[in-house]
Amino acid sequence: MQATPTNAAAQVPLIEVRHIKRYFGAKDKPVRAVDDVSFAIRRGETLGLVGESGSGKSTIGRTVLRLLECTAGQVLYRGEDIAALSNQHMRKLRSKLQIIFQDPYASLNPKMRISAILGEALATHGLHQGKGEQDKRIAELLETVGLRPELASRFPHEFSGGQRQRIGVARALAVEPEFIVADEPLSALDVSIQSQVINLLADLRERLNLTMLFISHDLDVVEYLCDRVVVLYLGRVMEVAPTAELFERPLHPYTQALLAASPKPDPLIENVAVPLKGDIPSPMAPPSGCVFRTRCPQAIDACAQTLPPLDEISPGRFSACIRKDLLIAAAA
Amino acid sequence: MNRLEVRHLSTFFDTDEGLIRSVADVSFAIRAGKTTAIVGESGSGKSVTSLTLMRLLPRTATTQVSGQALFVNRAGETLDLLTLPEPRMRALRGNEVAMIFQEPMTSLNPVFTVGEQIAESLRLHRGLDRGAALAQALRMLEMVEIPAAAQRLHEYPHQLSGGMRQRVMIALAMACEPTLLIADEPTTALDVTIQAQILALMRRLQTQTGMSILFITHNLGVVAHHADDVAVMYAGRIVEAAPVRPLFAIPEHPYTQGLLACLPSKAHVAGQPRPKRLFAIRGQVSSPLSPPPGCAFEPRCDQAQVLCTQAMPALVDTSALRQARCVRVPAAEVSKAA
Repeated sequence: MQATPTNAAAQVPLIEVRHIKRYFGAKDKPVRAVDDVSFAIRRGETLGLVGESGSGKSTIGRTVLRLLECTAGQVLYRGEDIAALSNQHMRKLRSKLQIIFQDPYASLNPKMRISAILGEALATHGLHQGKGEQDKRIAELLETVGLRPELASRFPHEFSGGQRQRIGVARALAVEPEFIVADEPLSALDVSIQSQVINLLADLRERLNLTMLFISHDLDVVEYLCDRVVVLYLGRVMEVAPTAELFERPLHPYTQALLAASPKPDPLIENVAVPLKGDIPSPMAPPSGCVFRTRCPQAIDACAQTLPPLDEISPGRFSACIRKDLLIAAAA
Repeated sequence: MNRLEVRHLSTFFDTDEGLIRSVADVSFAIRAGKTTAIVGESGSGKSVTSLTLMRLLPRTATTQVSGQALFVNRAGETLDLLTLPEPRMRALRGNEVAMIFQEPMTSLNPVFTVGEQIAESLRLHRGLDRGAALAQALRMLEMVEIPAAAQRLHEYPHQLSGGMRQRVMIALAMACEPTLLIADEPTTALDVTIQAQILALMRRLQTQTGMSILFITHNLGVVAHHADDVAVMYAGRIVEAAPVRPLFAIPEHPYTQGLLACLPSKAHVAGQPRPKRLFAIRGQVSSPLSPPPGCAFEPRCDQAQVLCTQAMPALVDTSALRQARCVRVPAAEVSKAA
C-alpha cells in the first residue's frame, strides 16, 4: 500500500487535459479530430471515453500519452504540462504512462519472440537488468496475465487474438505504470474471450491501483468497467457523468440516441427507439454551432448559431446542450 | 412453409496440415418471411456455411461439400442449391437468393459507379437495357433511403461513407426482389447509430417484400431483436437451435448458457452492487486440426462428464421447436408433421 498522499497531492488529478485540439492536414480546411476537449482523471479512477467514428476518442488517447502532439491545449500529468518536457524527461515518464492497443495482430512485432517483446520494454527503462532478473520478471508478467511462462519463447503468430491481447497487457504492465490508456482493447476479440480480458483488466486495476482511460464504442463494457464516462461526438464533448447516472438518465440527446441504438441482448426488452437519421458529418466540415444538430431530434434554430458550452447541470454531471427546457421537462 | 431447408451440410477443406471440418452436419430451416440467425464466434463455421450455400467458396480450395440445401423458388419448385448446374445457380444468385457482406468497401467494385453495379444485376437477371436498369437502380437507392440518390447514382464507392455503402449493398441485393437474403455480419463494421438505421431498414424491407433473411452474426443484442429463429454454432456444428425468445429465456446448451452469462450487460442487476467478476468461458476453441475426442466444447465446459469425451453428441429434438447437442439435455419424443 502506498503512503497516504498529502491533501494537496490528493487534489491534483493524475491526468488532466485542458482544451486540447488536434487537427490534421491542410491549415485552411483541417480535419478537426479533437476540437476543444477537457477532462480530468483522478488517481485510481477508470474514465470511459465513448464515441463513434470521428469522435476523436482514439486521437485523444494518443495525445494524452504524447504519441501525438496537441495542436492546442495542455496535457497535465500530476499538474505538470508534459508538452514542455524534454525528450529525456518524457522518456523517463513513459514508464508511468502505457497503452494497450486495439489490434492484437498489428501491435506485436511478428519477428520478435514474446521474451524479446517484453524484454525490450524492460531494457528501455533499465528495469530488471541482467538476463536472470529479466527472465524472472517476464515469467512473472506472463503468469499475471494468465499465460504459462514457457510461452515466452514463442512468436506472436503462435497465439490466438485473446492471448495476444494478454501479451499486450503484459507489455504495458512490464514497466510498472501508473496510468494505462486502453484503446478499444476488446473490439477484435470474440465475446467469450472478451469477458476473460475484462476480468483480467479489472483484477489488475485493483491489485496494482491503476488509473485507466478506457476507450470503447461498446457501451455495455464501459458501463461495467468505468467509474465516469465522457461522451464524444465529432471531436467535442457532449456529456460527462458518473457511469450509473449516465446510463440511467442520459441528459444529452446524443447520449440518449447512442444508448437507444445499442440493442440489449434480451428479446423481451422493447427496442422502440427511432434511429437517428443521416450520417456522421465529416470532421473537415463540422456543422456550425452544435456539431450534433444535423442529426439531433431536439434541434432548434438557435442550435446552429451557438456553440453550446459544457455546463455543469448537477455536481459531476455535464452536458453541452442549449436546450435546458428539455431537462426541466424530464425532471417534471 | 420453409424457404430454405439445409440438411446435413458439411464443408471440409483438405489442407497440407490435414482435413479441416469447417462445417459438419449442419441442418436448419428458414421459414418464408422470417429471419433465422446463425450465431457463432471465430471458427464456428458460420461464414463458411453461407458461402457454401451460395456456392461462393474459392474454386481453388480443395473442398468437400455434402448434404442438401433445398430452396423453394418463386415458381414453387424445390431445388438443391448444392447440386444445381452452375448456369442455373448463376441465374439464382443475385436474383432470388442474394447476399450482403460485412465489409462494403471490399465487396463493392471500386472502379464502377454504384448505379452501374446495381444496374448490372438488373440487366443480367431482368434483361433490362442500360437506361431502364439505371432508372430502376435509382428507385432502389431511394428505397434504401440514400439522400440525394440521383447524384449518388453516379458516384463511386469510395465517395460514400460506410453506412451509405452498406445501403448500396442492400439496394444491389434487393434489386431483383430476392426471396432469400443472406446477410453475413452486415452491421459489424458500422457505428452503433448507423447499425440501428441499417437494421431498421432491413426489417422494413422484409415486411414489405416478405423475403426470408439468414442473418449471420456474433452480436447477441442484434439477434435478440431481429431474429425469429436462432441456430448457435460451435466448431462447425449446430449446438443449439430454438425460436429467439425461448433461447434467451432458457438456453439449453452449456455454450449458449456461457455466451449469454458472460455478457457485461447480464452482470448488471438493478439494485445490486456490481459483481467483481464477469462469468467467463475458460480457454478457447480448439484448433480444427486437433479436435477433442468427443464433444467439441467439452474442454471448456463446466458441466462436462466422462461421457462427453467419448463421442460427439447428436443434435436431438428437446421439444417441438428446439434442438440441442448435449448429453445433459434429454431428447423429447416429438412427432414431426409430414
